[in-house]
Amino acid sequence: MNDLLFARSQMAMSLGFHIIFAVIGIGMPALMVIAEWRWLRTGNAVLLDLARRWSRGTSIMFAVGAVSGTVLSFELGLLWPGFMEYAGGIIGMPFSLEGLAFFTEAIFLGIYLFAWDRISPRAHLFAGILVAVSGALSGAFVVCANAWMNGPAGFSVIDGVVTDVQPMVAMFNPAAGVEVVHMTFAAFAATGFAVAGVHAFALLKRTSNKEFHRAALQIALVVGVPAAMLQPISGDWSARVVGRLQPVKLAAMEGHMRTGPAALVIGGWPDTDQLEMRGAIEIPGAISLLMKGDRSASIPGLDAVSPDDRPPVPIVHIAFQTMVACGIVLSLIGIWTIVRALLRRRGRGKPLPDDRWFLRAIITAAPLGFVAIEAGWTVTEVGRQPWIIQGFMRTADAVTPMPGLWISFALFTALYIGLAIAVIFLLRRQIARTVVT
Amino acid sequence: MMSDLVAQGANLEPLTWTLPHAVAGTMVLSLNAYVLLAGADFGGGVWDMFAVGREREEQRAIIEDAIGPIWEANHVWLILVVVLLFTCFPRAFAHLATELHVPITLLLVGIVLRGSAFTFRKYDSHRDAVQLRWGRIFSIASFVTPMLLGLCLGTVASGRVGFGRNRANLTFGERFVEPWLTSPFGWAVALLTLSLFAFLAATYLTVEAEHSSLSRDFRRRALQSQFGFLAAVGVTMWMAQASAPTLHAGLTSGVLAVLMLSATGAAIVVAVFSLATERYRMARFAAAAQATFVLWGWAWSQFPFLIPPDGRIDALAASPAMLKLNLITLAIGTVILLPGFAYLFWIFKRKDVISSPEREQ
Ligand code: HDD
Ligand code: HEM
Ligand code: HEM
Repeated sequence: MNDLLFARSQMAMSLGFHIIFAVIGIGMPALMVIAEWRWLRTGNAVLLDLARRWSRGTSIMFAVGAVSGTVLSFELGLLWPGFMEYAGGIIGMPFSLEGLAFFTEAIFLGIYLFAWDRISPRAHLFAGILVAVSGALSGAFVVCANAWMNGPAGFSVIDGVVTDVQPMVAMFNPAAGVEVVHMTFAAFAATGFAVAGVHAFALLKRTSNKEFHRAALQIALVVGVPAAMLQPISGDWSARVVGRLQPVKLAAMEGHMRTGPAALVIGGWPDTDQLEMRGAIEIPGAISLLMKGDRSASIPGLDAVSPDDRPPVPIVHIAFQTMVACGIVLSLIGIWTIVRALLRRRGRGKPLPDDRWFLRAIITAAPLGFVAIEAGWTVTEVGRQPWIIQGFMRTADAVTPMPGLWISFALFTALYIGLAIAVIFLLRRQIARTVVT
Repeated sequence: MMSDLVAQGANLEPLTWTLPHAVAGTMVLSLNAYVLLAGADFGGGVWDMFAVGREREEQRAIIEDAIGPIWEANHVWLILVVVLLFTCFPRAFAHLATELHVPITLLLVGIVLRGSAFTFRKYDSHRDAVQLRWGRIFSIASFVTPMLLGLCLGTVASGRVGFGRNRANLTFGERFVEPWLTSPFGWAVALLTLSLFAFLAATYLTVEAEHSSLSRDFRRRALQSQFGFLAAVGVTMWMAQASAPTLHAGLTSGVLAVLMLSATGAAIVVAVFSLATERYRMARFAAAAQATFVLWGWAWSQFPFLIPPDGRIDALAASPAMLKLNLITLAIGTVILLPGFAYLFWIFKRKDVISSPEREQ
């Protein structure tokens, strides 16, 4: 491997690591606030207990989110000085705003986690709401920065020199809206289903504390299900924007090799030499229909650009299919959840703790949101290659001149593996306590 | 009047305040907050390592309670410095991240280990062996990270990583290792930073531990680290004379520099005096003033350069539109966030609360 590849791997690993904790940092405050709010309304002490236990697990995640995010902000320069020199002065706004969101989040998180007994319940709940809102905002801001790499805007280049910088135009670039919406839903869907899985597991094990886990499961599903069901709609919108801004990325996602009417390709392996899909199920014209409303509309394929300008198709195609598959499964479980809730209203079906098949389904679905997130980011980032700023700068021109990057890659890999092991161990400890009590 | 004073400063040229300077000043302000708040959190970790004797556990507990709720908020000040650097001075950020790749990477490892080990210790089993293991990582990282931070700042200040040199033909060692590893001035600043952080922490902790026998322990440590700090200042000045003459001139000549030096000296005297006479609140205030003067003294001495000897603040700045928007955002943010910060500290640093630290689980 060369230095560029190590730099890319290190960036991918750091982001893939951070995003897990960032997503939990967006999703968990919402769950905790709902539990606490319902406790204030009903006075049911189980709900307070729930909010407190959730907050304990979450503070571990927050600490790791904060340190891994700090690594990222430095890494942008350590690995991609060329990119930062070019882009820092254009796409700075969302990063500064993100800084303010971090402040809000960190201040009120300190209050939320440590001041349960020191301030009034209402003030405490309000602190929680601020954490939830600022968490979602910080995610939205940084995704605006990422969107700019896909749909650069807000500057002109004259003779290779960047001029006429308009920071706000750069921030609200044409890819920002869709990415922010899709990412925010993703955070709620992934967290909701993962938490639901933990509590469904406790119920399936016939915990003695049924009421606690039932309340937890309900709140987690209330957050996870709507978000998961909106995800295919929002994803369809994302795909249209990708088709407009990055037609080659769309072609790689769909495995659409040659310009012409595009089929919906399920599975299969892209042969990039012959520009053919092998072993795939194809529904002719379906993508053309989705994108243009006409089965025979022509869509640019990979052959529209020279091989140098194509991303690694197999990775992008498989990652995309993985995400969509996860999205479909989560939506189907969402429908199931709603149907059985409606049936229960009419007095039919089993109560939640006894509906063992449903619990099993929830447990199976628990990791899928996170799988979809990792896959989705792979689509976005790998699909943009060889560009780091679509159409303006190649990744190879952005990388640091520092040699021997394998050392830094090995160092951070070891660090993240260590952190991951510690987090898993500590969370198991927290969860094990809740499951037995 | 002011401009007369300023003109006699380090660089003997009239100063015109421009947007880039305002942003650079904001960055120093933010770094100042980081030193006063997070610096003390690091120092707390250093003292965690030296917690000995019968009251070891109480000492650790008080350190943990002092840091627990606020370290994340304190840590964000560093993020703010970095963000301002890469949005408003992107060339400087790219340059420093390249030339100082190695120490910055080590610094990051330190930051990661410090924050995570501290939190993990709290939530892991309370058996001694487990606590000791996390505690050791926490305190070693608290020890090493401030030194790396000081090393990076010192290396920049010494002018060893300026833009002038032709770097393309240097070997790996010459370009990426030597500038910081063999910078005597950088290492002196590293020691200075460490002792300053330890001093801040011990002084703050005398207040946290007020009315208990622990405050005596922390008082002793505060005085020890203050003397360590004074020694480090001496070494730094001496090194500066040899390896960073412009910096040395900036620190010692000119009316403003002399004012700054005397203010620092006064703060040091007050701090030692009030510690000796057990006036802890005054000591805390004087310690913060001392750290603040030291930081601004450094900033002033390398003005108007962001990266001495040739990287000028105004030349490295991004477009005015970006700088202006950033300053507006920060101004609005300050108005919104200052009450939040005040509330956070009010909740956790109130007197009645301090004297009865309650602990989670
Ligand atoms: C819970 C997570 C999740 C789920 C269920 C889905 N996605 Fe997704 N998707 C993401 C999580 C995600 C993501 C990780 O959050 C991405 C990466 C970048 C972004 O904005 O969102 C993403 C990106 C992303 C992109 C690329 C955007 C770009 O490159 O700029 C498209 C076209 C889709 N998604 C489409 C879909 C479709 C059609 C889905 C339907 C079933 C779907 N996603 C489900
Ligand atoms: C948090 C979610 C994100 C994930 C999981 C992610 C994932 C990735 C991956 C997998 C790569 C490697 C691409 C390859 O190997 O071909 C990469 C590269 C990169 N990403 Fe992202 N990314 C995310 C968000 C962002 C954001 C918000 C930014 C910046 C504003 C960003 C900036 C970069 C840069 C500079 C590179 C290196 C160049 C490249 O290989 O494309 N990423 N990221
Ligand atoms: C290049 C990409 C990124 C950079 C440079 C970055 C930077 C950071 C930094 C510095 C922190 C620590 C703040 C603190 O101390 O509280 C952080 C935390 C956080 N980041 Fe990222 N981040 C990136 C990607 C993302 C993405 C893609 C998301 C979300 C969707 C995200 C969401 C968050 C959130 C919610 C936190 C709050 C702390 C937590 O939840 O644990 N970040 N990030």
